[in-house]
Amino acid sequence: MPKLKSLEELQKLRTQLQKDIAARVETSTTITVGMGTCGIAAGAREVMQAILAELDTRNINAHVTTVGCIGMCHREPLVDIQQGDEPRITYGNVTPKMVPRIIEEHLVQGQVVEEWAIGRVVAGQEGSNG
Amino acid sequence: MAERHRADLIVSCLHGRCPELLPALQEEIKRRGLAGEVDVVEAGCRGLCAMGPVLLVEPDGLFYVNVQPADVPELVEETLVKGRAVERLTYKEPVTHQAVCHYEDIPFYSKQVRHVMRKCGMIDPQSIEEYIAVGGYQALGKVLTTMTPEQVIAEVKKSGLRGRGGAGFATGAKWASTRQAADPVKYVVANGDEGDPGAFMNRSLMEGDPHAVIEGMIIGAYAIGAHQGVIYVRDEYPLAVKNLGLALEQAREYGLLGQDILGSGFDFDVKIVRGAGAFVCGESSALMQSVEGKVGEPRPKHFHATERGLWDLPTALNNVETWANVPLIINNGADWFASLGTEKSKGTKTFCLVGQIQNTGLIEVPMGITLREIVYDIGGGIPGGREFKAVQTGGPSGGCIPASLLDLPVDYDSLTAAGSMMGSGGMIVMDDHTCMVNIAAYFLDFLKEESCGKCTPCREGIRRMLEILTRITEGQGALADLDTLGTLAKTVQSASLCGLGKSAPNPVLSTLRYFHDEYVAHIVDHTCPAGVCKALIEYFVIAEECVGCGLCRRKCPQQAISGEKKEPHVIDPALCIRCGICHDVCKFDAVGVR
Repeated sequence: MPKLKSLEELQKLRTQLQKDIAARVETSTTITVGMGTCGIAAGAREVMQAILAELDTRNINAHVTTVGCIGMCHREPLVDIQQGDEPRITYGNVTPKMVPRIIEEHLVQGQVVEEWAIGRVVAGQEGSNG
Repeated sequence: MAERHRADLIVSCLHGRCPELLPALQEEIKRRGLAGEVDVVEAGCRGLCAMGPVLLVEPDGLFYVNVQPADVPELVEETLVKGRAVERLTYKEPVTHQAVCHYEDIPFYSKQVRHVMRKCGMIDPQSIEEYIAVGGYQALGKVLTTMTPEQVIAEVKKSGLRGRGGAGFATGAKWASTRQAADPVKYVVANGDEGDPGAFMNRSLMEGDPHAVIEGMIIGAYAIGAHQGVIYVRDEYPLAVKNLGLALEQAREYGLLGQDILGSGFDFDVKIVRGAGAFVCGESSALMQSVEGKVGEPRPKHFHATERGLWDLPTALNNVETWANVPLIINNGADWFASLGTEKSKGTKTFCLVGQIQNTGLIEVPMGITLREIVYDIGGGIPGGREFKAVQTGGPSGGCIPASLLDLPVDYDSLTAAGSMMGSGGMIVMDDHTCMVNIAAYFLDFLKEESCGKCTPCREGIRRMLEILTRITEGQGALADLDTLGTLAKTVQSASLCGLGKSAPNPVLSTLRYFHDEYVAHIVDHTCPAGVCKALIEYFVIAEECVGCGLCRRKCPQQAISGEKKEPHVIDPALCIRCGICHDVCKFDAVGVR
C-alpha cells in the first residue's frame, strides 16, 4: 500500500475507510467475537468455530470479525451482532450450543434472542475518539 | 468512449422466495433503455434474511430491504433514472430491539468513563484500517504538522497526566528532562511487563488497541527527540506480542513508522522486546537491563533514566497505558483531560476488578471515584450475600484497604496515604472468609520468589517477615512478633534498592494497621476468625442439622468421619486434616468451622 505522505492523505484515507466500513455494516451482517485472552480462556475460540460452521451450513455470508476485551470478563465469551443501522446487540456467556439458535432467530428471523442479549450499542457510537 | 456500467444492483437473501424479482428487474431495466449500463447481480445471503430480499445499489451504496416485484418500476425510476432513494424501501430500525438494555444502562458500565479503553472490544485490533477509521493517528498528524516538540511537552504537562504504572510521576516533566538531556541519541520505552497477580489491564490494552500505544509512543518520541522506541512485553502475553507486532508492521506499511513520517521529516521506529516474566523487570531500571540483554536487576538511581537510561542514554520510560493516554490529550486538548479526575490525579484509570466480586472485569473510571462505587455499583457487590472485608490495590506490593475506608477516593495520593498504592491497577476484593494474616503471607511468598536478591534488605527481610507470618498462622506466634514485623517492614521499606523492595512490606504494614485484632486473635486466642488457617480451626458436625446422609463420611479422604445412617455424624479432630471437603459437600450446612 502507498505510504501516507501528509496529514491530508491520512484524513482522506480515514474518510474512505469510514465509508467502506459503514457500507459493510449497513448492507451486511457483522458478527464480532471477543477474542482477548479472557475471551479465549472462556471458550471464545470454540464459539467462533461454531459460528463459522453454522454460517457455512446455512450458506449465510456474514462478516465475522474479532475484537479485544471490552471489560465484561464475567460475561465472556461475548458475541456481538450488528445488522444494518440496528444497534449492535451483545450476547453474553455464549456457548457453542447457543450459536444455532442465535443465528436462526437473530439473523434468519430478525428477532433478538432477548433472554441471552445483555446490551446494545447504538450505531455510530462505537469506539470513536471524540 | 468505452461502455461502462453506471450501476450494479446486487440482490441477496432471496432463498427462492421471490423468483420473479430478478426477471422483473432485468425487464424494467431493458424497458428503460438502461441495459448495458446497469448490471443485476445475484449475491449470496448477507444474513439479513428476515429483511430479504435485500438490494444494494452500487456505487451509491443505497440499501433496500424487503423488495417486491411490484416495487421494481418505482425503484428503477427513482434510483437509476433520477438518482434518488426510495424512502419507504430503505432500512428502518425495528422497535423490538428497544427491549434490550443500552450499554450505558448496564450497571457495570453506568459509572465507567471509557476513554483509554474505548476502542477495546469495538475495533478489530489486527486492522490498522479500523483504527484509522475511528480517528486513529489523527493526533500524530496534528502533532507532526502543527506543533513543535516544546508545545507537545507543554500540552502534556498542562494536562496533568501522571504515570499509569504505579508511581505516578508527572509524564510531562519526565519528557522535558529527557528532551533537555545532553546526548542527542535518546529512547522511548513502553513498559508492558504487567506482573501483578490478578492484573490484566495492560494486556487487554495491548491486545485490544495496540495502535493507541504505538501512536502515543511516536508522539512522545517526537516531543523528546528520539528515533528509536522499545515496547517491553512479557512473553506470557502471546496475543499481545502478536497484535503489537502486526500493528507495527501495518504502521510501517502506511509510513506511520519509519523515515519521514507523514512527510514531516521525522524518523522513528519501534521494536518489541519480550520479557521472560520476572516480576522485578517491571521496575524501570531492571527492565532496561533486561532490554540490554543483562540479568534483570535494578540498579542504584544515582542518576535518572531521563539522563542515563537504556544503553546509558536519555530514556523516557512510561507504562503502556500512559502512552495510550497521549493521543487522547492531543485530540481533545489538555483542558479536557484536566477536567477529568481530581485536583492532583487527572484523567481516568483502568482497573482489574477481581476476587470475591460479582462482576469480574476490566473497568475504566475517572480518578477520584470511591472504592464503594467501584465495588458495589460497578462490581455488583460480593457474591453469595457475603460481607465485604477488604480490597487490595496496587498488586502484591500494595496494601489492603478495609471496609471502613470504602468511601476513600481512588487517586494516587489518597491511596498512598491509606498505606496502599495505585500500582498499575489490580483490585482484589476479599470477603469475610479471607484471613488477613494468611493473605499477607501469600503476597510475601510471591515477593520472596520474585525478589531478584541483589540487595540484602529485600532478599532477607521478606523471608524473615514471611517466617514470622507463617508462625502466626500456625498458632506459634507471640505478641512480640508484631513489633519485630513492624521493625523489619520499616527496614525493608527504607533500605531496599528498588520499588519492589520498598513496597514489599505494604501488605504486612497495611494489614497490621487495619486488621490488628486479627493478628492478636491468632496469637493470643489461637483462633482464625475467618476460618482459614488450618492449624487454628476445627471442623465439627452441627448435630441438630445433620440428617445422617453419610455424604461427608464417604468423601472424607482421612476416614475421620463416623456415624450411623440417619444419625448425626461425628468428626474425629485427631484424624481430620482440615481440608474442608465435608464443609463443601454438605447439603444441609451441618458442618461448622470454629
